[in-house]
Amino acid sequence: MSPPSVTSQDRNQDRNQDRPTKLAVRDLSVFYGEKRALAPMTMDIPEKHVTALIGPSGCGKSTYLRSLNRMNELIPSCRVTGDVRLDGEPIYGPGIDPVVVRRRIGMVFQRSNPFPKSIFENVAYGLRIGGMKSREDIAGRVERALSQAALWSEVKERLQDSALGLSGGQQQRLCIARALAVEPEVLLMDEPASALDPIATAHIEELIDELSHDYTVVIVTHNMQQAARVSDWTAFFYMGELVEYDRTNNIFTKPSKSKTEDYITGRFG
Amino acid sequence: MTANAAPAQGAPPSRFARAGRNKVGDIALTVASGAAILMVLLILAVILGDVVLHGAPRLSLKFFFTAPQQGMTEGGIFPALIGTLAMVLLMTVAVVPVGVATAIYLREYAPPASLLTRGVRIAVANLAGVPSIVFGLFGLGFFVQFVGGGLDRVFHAGARVWGQPALLWASLTMAVLTLPVVIVATEEALRAVPRELREASLALGATKFQTVLYVVLPQAVPGILTGTILAVSRGAGEVAPILFTGVAYFLPNLPRSLHDQFMHLGNHIYVLSTQSPDVDATRPLLYGTVLALLLLTFVLNLSAVVVRAKMRRRFAGGAQ
Repeated sequence: MSPPSVTSQDRNQDRNQDRPTKLAVRDLSVFYGEKRALAPMTMDIPEKHVTALIGPSGCGKSTYLRSLNRMNELIPSCRVTGDVRLDGEPIYGPGIDPVVVRRRIGMVFQRSNPFPKSIFENVAYGLRIGGMKSREDIAGRVERALSQAALWSEVKERLQDSALGLSGGQQQRLCIARALAVEPEVLLMDEPASALDPIATAHIEELIDELSHDYTVVIVTHNMQQAARVSDWTAFFYMGELVEYDRTNNIFTKPSKSKTEDYITGRFG
Repeated sequence: MTANAAPAQGAPPSRFARAGRNKVGDIALTVASGAAILMVLLILAVILGDVVLHGAPRLSLKFFFTAPQQGMTEGGIFPALIGTLAMVLLMTVAVVPVGVATAIYLREYAPPASLLTRGVRIAVANLAGVPSIVFGLFGLGFFVQFVGGGLDRVFHAGARVWGQPALLWASLTMAVLTLPVVIVATEEALRAVPRELREASLALGATKFQTVLYVVLPQAVPGILTGTILAVSRGAGEVAPILFTGVAYFLPNLPRSLHDQFMHLGNHIYVLSTQSPDVDATRPLLYGTVLALLLLTFVLNLSAVVVRAKMRRRFAGGAQ
């Protein structure tokens, strides 16, 4: 394992630079049936930064994440109000195809979920369903995605083997590669390392750091140290409300809300 | 409790000693279920033993490949064997696409609580409970007279071509009979596909149709095959539904087209055992035919089981 290419000094410098807004969330509210899961919230997610969503279980951070690429629509009773814009374009609204939204805003799930296909076919899946035909193009994109996910060197000899034969950490990196292959602009990650051992977790964290050079990353995590390590911005959710959203440094060193301080110092949650 | 009731004699009884009552219950249940299993095995052994013992000597290549002769007291079962295979094949071709499509609609597309969905489910459940002879009458009325007769009126100026019992109508009637089996098995198989896989596909920008076609269905194939196995075994053995819709008492030749009648092993067994002019003379033949039908069902089942196991192995585990 090589150390992250960016020193923490650089990183802090980087964190303090302002970047243009990639995802603009305005008064977003989510309901399951009659029950409100998320109070209206407004948030600007900066481009090519890592934004972490933290908070205790059931605080609505996963619900929020899933409403950023319209995955929550798969739950029949779910209803969304408010507005989310990707580069100024609304992703909700009449005539907007969630399929197109999801191609631009990819997602990695808590439990790695590779298809029961070969390693190669897992990564190629998104390309094939997107209509890519040329074998060479597909092979090139698969290699690049696997390299980006820091998995290429481990699997290049056995691309045709079943993805289910990989270790847990490798499977999760495969899922990241699969999401990267379709070249999304934003990558949503729902506790991507919570089911992994510390070494695999370190791998994933390093990877997230790398990815933030090219992608806008939004990551849900239970683990506050992880949020502090990987993110530039942190949002603290509590009971379906956005309590505080600020630069990660500020959240962890001088939070402006006492609730945030209580949570990050371990007084609850 | 025994532990309290028993006075101390030497070592004190363990506080974990089991109450006697429970032990008696255990023993009684073990004996009862053991006896039940024994009975089932015994019945199976008697049936199979009898059939194999008397039927096996009759089996030969000649038996399989010649037609019945001398008023069905001699010869073999060739037309019945081919007729059964053809009927089962046609039935499978008809029932699997319709059944799978219905299950996909019910499971993947239909709003779960809608009146239509519930109606279809109730209809499927009821279809499974209809006696098979009723399917036979339905086939005669619907396929033979309505569809076949209609075709004749339109295309053959009323001449009887399709409007009579035929291989096609028998196969379709049998397909209707086995439809619930395929639907239920496929629905179960679709239900078992993890939500995570569907989400993975959708999150990559797949449409629902692509997700069903490339992720859900391949996962469900073993389950669908199980349904097909059940349908095929049922279809090969049922006689009542084809009685009025296409099976023939005796045909020296094989069916040449879909509107020909055909012979069927199950029906042939019925004919041999009840309609023969000389019951004693046909008895060995009868045993042979029964064994052949059992073997046919067994081979059909086995091949489907092998295919299913292959599909399951293909990606399960997968570590070198």
